[in-house]
Amino acid sequence: MRDVAIIGIGMTKFGELWDQSIRDMFAEAGLKAIENAGIDKLDSMYVGAMSSGLYTEQEHIASVMADYIGQRGIPSARVESACASGSIAVRSAYMEVASGMGDIVLAGGVEKMWDADDGSMVLATAADQEFEAYVGVTFPGLYAMMATAYMDKYGLTREELAQVPIKNHRHGANNPKAQYPFEISLDTVLNASRVADPLRLMDCSPITDGAAAVILCPLERAHEFTDKPIKIRGLGAATGPIALHDHSDLTKIDAVKLAADRAYKMAGVTPDDIDFAEVHDCFSIAEVITAEELGFFGRGKAGKAIAEGQATYGGKIVINPSGGLKSKGHPVGATGVAQIIEAVEQLRGEAGKRQVENAKIGLTQNMGGSGGSSVVHILEAI
Amino acid sequence: MIGIVGWGSYVPAYRIKISTIAEQWGDDSAAIERGLLLREKTVPGVDEDTITIAVEAAKNALKRAQIDPKKIGALYIGSESHPYAVKPSGTLVIEAIGMGHDVHVADFEFACKAGAEAMFVSYSHVKSGNMEYSIGIGADTSQGAPGDALEYSASAGGSAFIFGKENVKAEVIGTHSYTSDTPDFWRREYMHYPRHGGRFTGEPAYFRHVLAAARALLEKSNHKPEDFAHAVFHMPNGKFPLKAGKILGFTDEQMKQGWVVNKMGNTYSGSSPTGLAAVLDVLKPGEKTFMVSFGSGAGSDSFIFQATDAITEAQGKAPKIHDMLDGKKIYLSYGQYAAYRKKIRYNDIV
Repeated sequence: MRDVAIIGIGMTKFGELWDQSIRDMFAEAGLKAIENAGIDKLDSMYVGAMSSGLYTEQEHIASVMADYIGQRGIPSARVESACASGSIAVRSAYMEVASGMGDIVLAGGVEKMWDADDGSMVLATAADQEFEAYVGVTFPGLYAMMATAYMDKYGLTREELAQVPIKNHRHGANNPKAQYPFEISLDTVLNASRVADPLRLMDCSPITDGAAAVILCPLERAHEFTDKPIKIRGLGAATGPIALHDHSDLTKIDAVKLAADRAYKMAGVTPDDIDFAEVHDCFSIAEVITAEELGFFGRGKAGKAIAEGQATYGGKIVINPSGGLKSKGHPVGATGVAQIIEAVEQLRGEAGKRQVENAKIGLTQNMGGSGGSSVVHILEAI
Repeated sequence: MIGIVGWGSYVPAYRIKISTIAEQWGDDSAAIERGLLLREKTVPGVDEDTITIAVEAAKNALKRAQIDPKKIGALYIGSESHPYAVKPSGTLVIEAIGMGHDVHVADFEFACKAGAEAMFVSYSHVKSGNMEYSIGIGADTSQGAPGDALEYSASAGGSAFIFGKENVKAEVIGTHSYTSDTPDFWRREYMHYPRHGGRFTGEPAYFRHVLAAARALLEKSNHKPEDFAHAVFHMPNGKFPLKAGKILGFTDEQMKQGWVVNKMGNTYSGSSPTGLAAVLDVLKPGEKTFMVSFGSGAGSDSFIFQATDAITEAQGKAPKIHDMLDGKKIYLSYGQYAAYRKKIRYNDIV
């Protein structure tokens, strides 16, 4: 198995992209990545999208997207793992390059969410249809239950939990690609519209249109394309139960720990070696729990640590320098790839005002549903 | 000089508070009032409809115009809630106000813009020399589906404008229309309630067309926002018009008089026309006002009016819209509102 590097990145702005269709967005991201890598021809590609069918009535996007980035003829596949679709696309591309089956492989993600009539129904397909969605719960409801359990067990206060979106918006204010590039106040978070108690509007990632793409090649060839290849040093993926009620504990997400352990083992690093992490803050409580599963903070301690500034510049580790899903936006299928792109920019030293100083090793954690799947990548500047 | 020789409005006496509707559906009333900047809306009585509203508004316009209705050559009513799908509303109004039979009548439709269109066409008739006077009316009793966001704003009311060449109270300085195929809001013929594209009704629909029509008119007429004493924008809720005005460079102070939506609701085809009527009720000779309508589907008509010396005397000749909105009011419970708006089905009658 060969080592794999990322040599090109490209993404659209995330937001309400009324003027762009699902194809327009993927084409923009894909072509930017191809240009960034300085290549002409791909050997193969993978497209991550949670639900192009329900959102845009377009399936078979493996074919559509290969064509629309001008690579008609290459092999292509659409991969799906709910909100982890993007990182699964990257993992798939990794395996093709590592195995030697292909050299230049694109992994992209896209979601067009704003044209749909009933977006909540589409998102609920990531939950357990038979036992959860069928009886009326939606995603904010599931995470609200996790939040209630965590706050009760560890004494996390509403004001402390609010620090997650406040921090992420502060980071996102420096991200020109972000959907909401501005800071928010504690007052705004505490008085936002109720969504599912205790979660309010500012605890929930938005509905977003967007696309992102990266290009992988064998590390031994990366110097042909870039001075700053980024190595995928570790990679781990795992599944968890689809239904929240099958979790071992409502305050834990086992799939994240499993995926992280696999990634740390492959990379030969520990949580203390990680300079920054892009984690899946689909809801504020998700960042708290995943930070513990990733080993950055002790069990029950992440909420308070984040509130005290340990997850931002100057703290123990910078979590979500991009602004996270909350400020940057969450076009479901694209998110996993966008996290990788932020990591690449940080490791290349090209993150502008968001730059984490001396960034050498970064981690991305992407997750599907309420923890039904998770993928962790560990990247290193070479 | 061509312009408005008489204007008039009418709103029903019944009201329902936003908080009453919110409590009915278990919504957060404070959040809605804050988000939409609405407080209460008008509700038509059991025997009121677009036609009765249009008649009242037209009568008030005649009081200010002080002309023989038989001199009016055409009448146009724009509405989204004409009582009949086939049979014009306008024919009833000409009889009610005594226009005689040698007249042209047409009903207009273009979502919330239909009233402004009726005004535009009436103005054009006089400008082209086709007729001496023409009346354009915007009136509606449109509904939102129970529990839908539109239920907070859809209300009833309307205004009428008589255009002519003699004894003009507000001259038309310029107009501009901007239209595209943008399906942000629609209702098929057999459906009772409309459907809409959520946030698609904002930037790609309302703001695109209002701003385009406004900017084009300001440019071609060589005006700046500071030139106007007042500005009126279509009011689907309290926020959109203020945001559009701000983007163009108008102040809250300029928009205040015509911003009737927080106590009236959105009277659809009556919205920007009634905002204009509120401005004409206080406009001083020589002052200019800016007005932009918006209709989903979508399009905007923009106008610049300038008051003449004759306006002051006309203002007191008929009820002013703010007086009607602040005057006698009867608040309804949700149940009464549902009954009046025929949302309760009994036997085969809907």
